[in-house]
Amino acid sequence: MDIFLQQVVSGLATGGIYASLALALVMIYQATDVVNFAQGEMAMFSTYLAWSMLNAGLPYWVAFTATLAIAFVGGLLIERIVIRPVENAPVLAVVIVCIGLLVILNSVAGWIYSYIQKPFPSPFPGTPIRFGNVVFGAHDLGAIGITLVVLLFLYVFFRYTTLGLAMRAAAQNPVSSRLCGVRVGWMLAIGWGLAALVGAVAGMMVAPIVFLDPNMMAGILIYAFASATLGGFTSPGGAVVGGLLVGVIENLVGTYVRFIGTELKLTVALAIIIIVLVVKPSGLFGRVVVRRV
Amino acid sequence: MTPRSRPLTLALPLVTLAVAALLPFVLSNFRLFQFTQVFIYAIALLGLNILTGYNGQISLGHGAFYALGAYTSGIMMDRWNAPFLTTLPVAGAVCLGAGFLFGIPALRLEGLYLALATFSLALAVPQILKYFEHWTGGSQGLVLSKPEAPFRLTLSPDQWLYFVALATLVLSMILAWNLLRGRTGRALIAIRDHHIAAEAMGVNSALYKSLAFGVSAGFTGVAGGLSAGAIAFVAPDAFNVFLSVTFLVGIVIGGLASIAGVVWGALFIQFVPNWAQDISKAAPWAIYGVFLIVFMYTMPRGIAGTIRTVWARRRVNVRSSPAKGGPP
Amino acid sequence: MAALLTASELRARYGWTRVLHGVSFEVEEGGITTILGANGAGKTTTLRAVSGLVSTEGSVHFAGGRIDGRAPEDLVRAGIAHVPEGRGTFVGLTVEENLRLGAYARRERARSDDFERVYQYFPILRERRRQVAGTLSGGEQQMLAIARALMLSPRLLLLDEPSLGLAPLVMREIFRIVRAINRDHGVSVLLVEQNAAIALELADHAYVLETGRVVLAGPPAILKQDDAVRRSYLGY
Repeated sequence: MDIFLQQVVSGLATGGIYASLALALVMIYQATDVVNFAQGEMAMFSTYLAWSMLNAGLPYWVAFTATLAIAFVGGLLIERIVIRPVENAPVLAVVIVCIGLLVILNSVAGWIYSYIQKPFPSPFPGTPIRFGNVVFGAHDLGAIGITLVVLLFLYVFFRYTTLGLAMRAAAQNPVSSRLCGVRVGWMLAIGWGLAALVGAVAGMMVAPIVFLDPNMMAGILIYAFASATLGGFTSPGGAVVGGLLVGVIENLVGTYVRFIGTELKLTVALAIIIIVLVVKPSGLFGRVVVRRV
Repeated sequence: MTPRSRPLTLALPLVTLAVAALLPFVLSNFRLFQFTQVFIYAIALLGLNILTGYNGQISLGHGAFYALGAYTSGIMMDRWNAPFLTTLPVAGAVCLGAGFLFGIPALRLEGLYLALATFSLALAVPQILKYFEHWTGGSQGLVLSKPEAPFRLTLSPDQWLYFVALATLVLSMILAWNLLRGRTGRALIAIRDHHIAAEAMGVNSALYKSLAFGVSAGFTGVAGGLSAGAIAFVAPDAFNVFLSVTFLVGIVIGGLASIAGVVWGALFIQFVPNWAQDISKAAPWAIYGVFLIVFMYTMPRGIAGTIRTVWARRRVNVRSSPAKGGPP
Repeated sequence: MAALLTASELRARYGWTRVLHGVSFEVEEGGITTILGANGAGKTTTLRAVSGLVSTEGSVHFAGGRIDGRAPEDLVRAGIAHVPEGRGTFVGLTVEENLRLGAYARRERARSDDFERVYQYFPILRERRRQVAGTLSGGEQQMLAIARALMLSPRLLLLDEPSLGLAPLVMREIFRIVRAINRDHGVSVLLVEQNAAIALELADHAYVLETGRVVLAGPPAILKQDDAVRRSYLGY
């Protein structure tokens, strides 16, 4: 039972990371019908910027906050400068642009920082926390906490602020939004900024576990796809729940099922995607979009 | 197509073909190999374009069919010493069947969900190939011998492969053109643009979509088979998800729903990475990424699409020049 | 009375197809003007030209200034509220959220009296204010769309075929409310309608549009007598 609990908590920690990245993907997908393949690389790059700041001697939380700010501005600028020229182009053209962005970020990170793995510090103490017989890693609990704070912030923002309302409106119905005076282009840009911010959190929480290298987020991106598929690409809340579930499932399967070694690391993610698509493509919380013809 | 332009549209491909036929006698072996690869990619892209460009089903997993074709060909040559040319139709048939079978469950999936399913397939390919070691040779793969020219033709293996690939490409393009210009083509496009209306008009959407998958996989499988001969080696890691993504890049850059476009796309995916490497040794993929983005800014409908638009606009201007500014 | 809105020689096209061939009309300050026409006459395009969703040649003047070529987001801030064809409600958001968005462009925040005013005209919206807009009936959604426009405290209200898909009783109610809004708050109205009978009852001034051209203009009383109008649009 103790091992089970430990694995569940550990799974929730990685699940929170998957949830964050999945949420970023769904936010952009809902507003634009495009899956941003570069989301993982944007998160990776933000994490490297944090590393540079930490290397320069900045205290952790200062670097953390600064990275979030830079990621937000970066995401916003990427949307306004890189994506905007193709916003009216066919969807596949935008996908190619995202792929281009992916390879650029990956390549530049490798060029600046090299492909050698680097350690990334965790703001949480290394000593585990005990609850009776059960032991939890402090970083795991901390990561869950940070993820929850970020998600709560987003929830409050979208639910209760005027800007959040305007962004939701712009994603659902751009034309009517324009007729209400909402500047849809900027709403999209802010959306990309927030997605990048959330991704940066995910990156900084996962880097202490998997070590920082340019290909760090590739596998996590796949798990984020699995999370969004499970939760439903049309539901931000679903993406979060999906992420947590995927994290827990991955951990439990890894613990209790013998032949899933590191070689077949992605197998769980792929299996989840295939099973969901076969049984209920719209996911647990996704809505089947009924379109009138 | 006006009577005046018809000779032009025939002359251009014929001239290109003539030039292509002469190249093996002037180029180095390495360059020849590169162009052989271009033809092979073009056939693979033709397959993908039938499915995604003409029929609107997005596949991020065509690398899987390419791998299936390559291994079919490779295993036949390795185990049973089958002559290279005979392996190609078999590779095509196997992939046609596999594609059709995959197309059936895929009927339920659209757009993003189909992309995810095929993406997962592409991710799984290297692992599946390594798993069936007995047949595939596992991670080591299969080392094959390069096919030689038959009937004691005085062609080097590289030249022979070049002509085989070129001939297969021309045949494939004619086959595809024939397929797409008739009822089948119209049905596929109708399904892509408005499948409910198409069904309401009696088009058997399920049958056509599965067939499109099968045919598409068949073409790409033949390409895979060709690559087994051209490279004389098949190994799992060559058929990773990046290959499938490259194919998608190829058809978008070349031009969706365009037969000629696949050649442009193939040229792009074969040569631009090399150019990128020449421009910057340190971060070549960054340059490649920039190429991708710039291409999409300037030619969002691909090279063939842009040519089409420019051509059409030119003809409209010529037509309406006497009454300028009037309604068309 | 001065003209609040003047449109002059509007020409618009979608791609190669020319839809408006030089349309001119006026809306008087505090008045209700209607543009009638059959399907495809160009009525919706005309409204979109005014609110900036479609680019045109020709000119549009509003409250003394030239507005053609400006973006809809700016014109909303100038006091033009456009209720589009098909209502354009945010079906995923609640009634209250829809209304809040109506006031988004205003410099001051929407206060409770703004909501009150709107609920006075459309009491059913008060009842359903926490409901998701997509669950409302067609008539209720039309009311919501007009209410949302009203939240802007606009000077000019553009209505695109509000009667479309509505039962006659509901339609009459909505038109009654539009007249009340016009009378009580001096909101000028430009109404585009296929249902000529009810539009002519409401309006002070009317235009008839056919395939992108104004073919008739005048006070409703005169238009109602016109034989061509009677046969084509009034059915008798």
